[in-house]
Amino acid sequence: MQAAIRTRDLTKDFAVGFWRKRPYRALDRLSIDVAPGDVFGFLGPNGAGKTTTLKLLMQLIFPSSGEAEILGRPAGDIAVRRRIGYLPENPYFYDHLTAEELLDYYGRLFRIAGGERGRRVSAILDRLGIGAERRLQLRRFSKGMLQRVGLAQTLLNDPEVIFLDEPMSGLDPLGRRDVRNLILELRDQGRTIFFSSHILSDAEVLCSRVAILVKGQLAAQGTIADLQAFHVRGWELIVHGVEDSIVQRLRGRARRITRIEGARYAIELGTESRPEQILTELIADGASLVSLNPLRDTLEDLFVRRVAEVGDAARAEGGHARG
Amino acid sequence: MHAASFVALATFRESVRDRVFYNLVLFAVLLVAASLLIGQLTAGQDVKIIKDLSLAATSLFGLCIAIVVGIGLVSKEVDRRSVYPLLAKPVRRSELIVGKYLGLLLTLLVNVAVMTAAIYLVLFYLARGVPPNIQQAWDAPALDPALLKAIALIYLELATVTAVALFFSSYSSPLLSAIFTLGIYVIGQFNADLKQFDRIVNAPAAVALAKGLYYLLPDFARFDVKLAVVHGQPVPVAYVAATAAYALLYIAALVCGAAALFARRDFK
Repeated sequence: MQAAIRTRDLTKDFAVGFWRKRPYRALDRLSIDVAPGDVFGFLGPNGAGKTTTLKLLMQLIFPSSGEAEILGRPAGDIAVRRRIGYLPENPYFYDHLTAEELLDYYGRLFRIAGGERGRRVSAILDRLGIGAERRLQLRRFSKGMLQRVGLAQTLLNDPEVIFLDEPMSGLDPLGRRDVRNLILELRDQGRTIFFSSHILSDAEVLCSRVAILVKGQLAAQGTIADLQAFHVRGWELIVHGVEDSIVQRLRGRARRITRIEGARYAIELGTESRPEQILTELIADGASLVSLNPLRDTLEDLFVRRVAEVGDAARAEGGHARG
Repeated sequence: MHAASFVALATFRESVRDRVFYNLVLFAVLLVAASLLIGQLTAGQDVKIIKDLSLAATSLFGLCIAIVVGIGLVSKEVDRRSVYPLLAKPVRRSELIVGKYLGLLLTLLVNVAVMTAAIYLVLFYLARGVPPNIQQAWDAPALDPALLKAIALIYLELATVTAVALFFSSYSSPLLSAIFTLGIYVIGQFNADLKQFDRIVNAPAAVALAKGLYYLLPDFARFDVKLAVVHGQPVPVAYVAATAAYALLYIAALVCGAAALFARRDFK
């Protein structure tokens, strides 16, 4: 199946410094594939290269090397732009146009015919909760409202692939919930969504696949379940009807034992333990099982670990170079 | 180039709402105040002075718009990042440049047209009570159609200055673009002198350099027929046509240059 988005060794160097220009690698040989219908989370700390990647995909900047394709065509192809939507980070539009006029303008660029354009603009503004404000000039809009206008213009051409750069940025909790629901709705319609974020809880809720970018390099890529499954760091056993003597006996074998209430305990076991064996013993002693769950890393744990690993590797490389 | 026309209309709408036309109020106030004042002070010369003053004001006010708005055309889009969502639409960068330019040309056209109407209105008012025998002594009639030639050339000059501003702002910062554009405008006023450099300098290399600069830099003196029109001297249509062709060629080169520079620009 053709990837909706595909990059191969995509690299971007910027020249930095005032007098003596030196290259700074913002993105280093990025290779990713995003399948049609995926909600792909592009994660990383600030300065990781997320926006650089999105700009490369939109051809707002040009790659130093490597290639990027959207829907099987080179990024920047005019025909491709008819089939995509893009929300930049902290979007800014024209101060003196109204939301309605802005969308009408963009609709013309997509060659959407007059009557249809009017209907579509109105429906999208309704969907994004922009009511009477649609006739106000955009300079009067709050940051959150501008973000909504940004999302509205992203959907104007009924895009197959949608690129969102930090879509939750500047939104209040209600706004964030609305955007989350919108992304889920778009996913259910079969659209591909590529969104960058450093808010991991959003990615956990929304994404089928994620990539973690650190200092311009791809640190991890896969489904959230895959990435987390590699890091089962123990088991949590919750049992009821456990006597104190049994708890004492287990102390040496469990990582931690916490009384929840009465005779109900949470027993945390390490990866070296065999939960089935301990569970069998407990049941034989008259306890009953409430739940048994693997303790996996959260996306945040994974994120922090990968960021630290890349940092360590960079320091080691620097040390070797100096040595 | 279909997209360019939509960009042009949006640019026009944005500049109208951005109070670009406020200068027209200032222009009208200046014109009315000057005509009232001059009418009190001079005898028989007031029509000539008003023509002179109003053509100079049209040129000056237009120049302010051409430079200030012209430079902001592209740099504002880039600085405020409104260019990001725009270029993700099916619009070529060259279409954006051409559209922005055409949008400002339209703004300037409306501006100059309103100023022209104001000039004719004031001239009509001044000539109203003057007996025909006195009017016959004037170098040119008050409502002289030749004024339109001068105004057309002012408009072409403004269009060329706008193209210079657009060219610099397609790759440079607004401040540098303003300095470069103003510099080119001032040099362009004296450009004709470079052509005759051989009359005052003997060194062939310097003469060749001066000639090269003459052809490279715009000759803005060509567009100035204000004095001739005010004094009723003929301005041949052929001269206006040749100057228009010169302006169009120069503008085409600048807009193509701006589009080429903008096409490879990284928006960091």
